Amino acid sequence: MTVSLSGKEVASKIEEKFSGSVVESSAENLVIKSDRVLDVARFLKETDGLDFDYLNFVTAVDRYDHFEVVYLLSSLEHNHSLMIKARCYDRENPALPSVVDVWQGADFQEREIYDLFGIKFEGHPNMKRIFLWDGFDGHPLRKDYI
Amino acid sequence: MAVRTEPFVLNMGPVHPSTHGVFRMRATLDGEVVVDIEPVFGYLHRGIEKLTEQRTYNGIVPLTDRLDYISSMSNNLAYCLAVEKLAGIKVPERAEYIRVIIAELQRIAALLIAVGAFLNDCGAYFTPFLYMFREREKIVDLFEMVSGQRLTYNYMRVGGVSQDLPEEFMPALRKFMDKMPHYMDEYDQLLMQNEILIARAKGVGILSGEQAINCSASGPVLRASGVNWDIRKADPYSIYDRFDFDIPTQTTGDCYDRYRQRVDEMRQSLRIIQQAIEQLPSGPVRAEVPHLVRPLVGEAYARLEAPKGELGFYLVSDNSIAPYRCHIRPPSLINLTALRDMVRGWKVADLIIIFGSIDITVGEIDR
Repeated sequence: MTVSLSGKEVASKIEEKFSGSVVESSAENLVIKSDRVLDVARFLKETDGLDFDYLNFVTAVDRYDHFEVVYLLSSLEHNHSLMIKARCYDRENPALPSVVDVWQGADFQEREIYDLFGIKFEGHPNMKRIFLWDGFDGHPLRKDYI
Repeated sequence: MAVRTEPFVLNMGPVHPSTHGVFRMRATLDGEVVVDIEPVFGYLHRGIEKLTEQRTYNGIVPLTDRLDYISSMSNNLAYCLAVEKLAGIKVPERAEYIRVIIAELQRIAALLIAVGAFLNDCGAYFTPFLYMFREREKIVDLFEMVSGQRLTYNYMRVGGVSQDLPEEFMPALRKFMDKMPHYMDEYDQLLMQNEILIARAKGVGILSGEQAINCSASGPVLRASGVNWDIRKADPYSIYDRFDFDIPTQTTGDCYDRYRQRVDEMRQSLRIIQQAIEQLPSGPVRAEVPHLVRPLVGEAYARLEAPKGELGFYLVSDNSIAPYRCHIRPPSLINLTALRDMVRGWKVADLIIIFGSIDITVGEIDR
């Protein structure tokens, strides 16, 4: 059975290394400050005992006042998982650091989020729409789209 | 004297028999060698994730049929598992067993298409494919008995399945179970040592285990690269912890291994079905679930081992009758991440079979 790690415990480990980078944490997940996502991602992948080498998925949720980007990470070696989140409060030009350098599996998924939510991932090698055509007006999965 | 060539851009698709649907690859070639490719998606984008936000939880099941339309039952099941997790619904015992039987039959049917289509790409034009379809037909007949449909089954329900197995189902299933191992031996005889298949697929398009993990590959693609990771064992859902079966893996991660992997997995699915038939209890097949499910505020992610890999549904509820957000983790799309690294340096003809060996359904990529 995959053990889902407590967000609180992992948060304290992250805080030791990058203090002030965790916004809040609960048993199920933890929220990272949006500008620290890449550092934390690398830390989670490379720290012994955590070894999150597998990115299950990344997606976004429109919460009206902010976008929540959700990452589900797993370690195939330890068979544990962790959900981390990051928030974007800017609706006009939301942006987050890309994690493609850490997990290549994020490549198409970050493009999908950009396409459907309009969140730009900085550092992504090919940040353009994936399903809809260039010049399409708006980002359909936003709650204010129709 | 070395001949200098200009890079040449070749568009493969969107309508091309080898792209398994409406899907385009922009390949940059140097002579006949692939330098770079860029997959172009979106020709089948229907906005299913957006549509779910306007439907009731029960009303979304038919939409999931249209994701990976050659394994609709698995999609139904993955979605129902997510809603059950979110709303805390317990499924009756008999329904769990029926779900396992159906899901494993679906795996065999989908893998038969994967293998058949791959052999098509290798140049064994339609002869093995029709053999595979002969067996798939039997499975589709079984599905027709339970659901009345032959492609988009819409059979699973939140809390169980839509109806009990009809009388004629079990005899037909037993007949299939008797014949299938014999058919599989037949494929092995015909194909496993086939010189042309080996020459075309062995050592071609190698994906290392490390690379597969980094690219979030899942399913047969991941296991063919030697990574022993199957959600049925690693994170058992439904009642998979009650069955005795193995997770086959391969070593090299080339196209031939991915083909072998799928054949091996079919045999394991047969083992699971056999055990499920023997243990099948009687009882109700659907829990009492209200017509309008209204889960508490929260979120849930449920996943299963679909024929193509990890298929998951991430649901967010705001305590209304429709999900606030429903994200589908599509194995087909994510498995394609590794394609670019796999094809670089190979010839155009190899590009076709490397792509074929990943096994995608465009309905799931575009959603």
